[in-house]
Amino acid sequence: MAFDFIKTVLLAFPKGFYTSIKHIFKKPVTIQYPKVKRPMAPRYRGKHYLEVYDDGTERCVCCGLCAAACPADAIYMEPGETEHGERFARIYEINLIRCIYCGFCEEACPEEAIFLGHEYEFSDDNRDSFIYTKEQMLANRPKEKPFKKIIRRVRRIF
Amino acid sequence: MSVEAFAVITVFKVFVVILAVLTGCAYATWLERKLIGHIQHRIGPNLAGPYGLLQPIADAIKLAFKEDFVPDNVERAAFFMAPLVAFIPALLTFAVIPFGDNVTILGHEIDMVISDLNIGILYVFAVTSLGVYGIVLAGWSSGSKYSLLGGIRSSAQMISYEIAYGLSLVGVLLIAQTLSLKELVAQQESFFDWFVFRQPLGFVLFVICAIAETNRAPFDLPEAESELVAGYHTEYSSLRFAMFYIGEYANMIAVASVVTTIFLGGWQGPWLPPVVWFCLKVFFFMAFYVWVRGTLPRFRYDQLMNFGWKVLFPLALLNVILTALWYRL
Repeated sequence: MAFDFIKTVLLAFPKGFYTSIKHIFKKPVTIQYPKVKRPMAPRYRGKHYLEVYDDGTERCVCCGLCAAACPADAIYMEPGETEHGERFARIYEINLIRCIYCGFCEEACPEEAIFLGHEYEFSDDNRDSFIYTKEQMLANRPKEKPFKKIIRRVRRIF
Repeated sequence: MSVEAFAVITVFKVFVVILAVLTGCAYATWLERKLIGHIQHRIGPNLAGPYGLLQPIADAIKLAFKEDFVPDNVERAAFFMAPLVAFIPALLTFAVIPFGDNVTILGHEIDMVISDLNIGILYVFAVTSLGVYGIVLAGWSSGSKYSLLGGIRSSAQMISYEIAYGLSLVGVLLIAQTLSLKELVAQQESFFDWFVFRQPLGFVLFVICAIAETNRAPFDLPEAESELVAGYHTEYSSLRFAMFYIGEYANMIAVASVVTTIFLGGWQGPWLPPVVWFCLKVFFFMAFYVWVRGTLPRFRYDQLMNFGWKVLFPLALLNVILTALWYRL
């Protein structure tokens, strides 16, 4: 017991003190969050957005596969019909509180219309503002990210 | 010196010292958070002012505006008194610390010590030991399990350490033949006369006991946030809590000053003015406190008792015997 004690004092203590003082001179790993943001992983699943064709018409045909795939039952949709007889989503809502951001909707979509973007800062102070409507989803399309590139990425993943 | 001049100078000295100590306490918290942060690869406070230098002021304002909450089943008189009992002795210690050599201002020769007691060391021990009553009283009067455990631990800790704390200095006293802190400093004029070189074992023991005395990690058992919520000051809030907090840091600075004075040559040093040397030495000792806190985990209760009685106490006695033999044979 006495030998262990002496060993601790003479060997372990200086080692510990050296370790802690060594780390003072290393660069901190802190990221100054609101000012500096970490680069997001390309596959990160954040707030959803709806993609459109190049001419601006919506890709979504309201087939309901995303709602069927959704394990959290967060998607609600009602179909409508244009004057040309094409289906479109008259109402498309995602409850962002229910949503678990699994990306199954993105995976299920046959029209490649819905995607999960990189936005993650959407806290609010009332529940109603988390009902995410179609107009908001269309407006949420990222500007800088070319659509085709994302599709290629998604196909590579699955 | 006339009585009036003496009164004015003394009041002025007390005022300056208290102001300096309180500012020192505030910035000791800043130093601690910065250093601990960097030991853990973090940055520490950096938003209030440059390098977070205004953080202590922000903290003080925040604490002052908090609700002063008093639980129902506290022992009121002791509960209100405890923060003062913890806080005041920490400040009292500074009365005998010499901060520098005598200086002459406006024809008056001014002693850079508030009061040069001829029993300075005895006074320091008497006063620093009082601080533990604040902790015990706070723990007992709060009427809460955690507080009580913190208070009991504090008293047990004090019993284990106080003897070694006192004995570790006996070696120094045997050599110096004086109890006056001013004379102790005078005896450490050249670098190798510092008592840290003449009494290495005594120095190590004293530093360990000093950390235990101020309830700092790894001996922060009365506080032990991971076991006892916050220990003895669990039930305190607002300025009463601030008083414990300032008291703890004032105690640290006091003990750092005592170590500097007794072992590290006090204000003695080349080139720079004495006060600057004193502050530098105290600063390095405070940084050492933080370094220890960033390195060692907390002692277990039984380990602490064993360590105090079976290691520190015999070693302190051994130190006294060796010193006596060395200097008297």
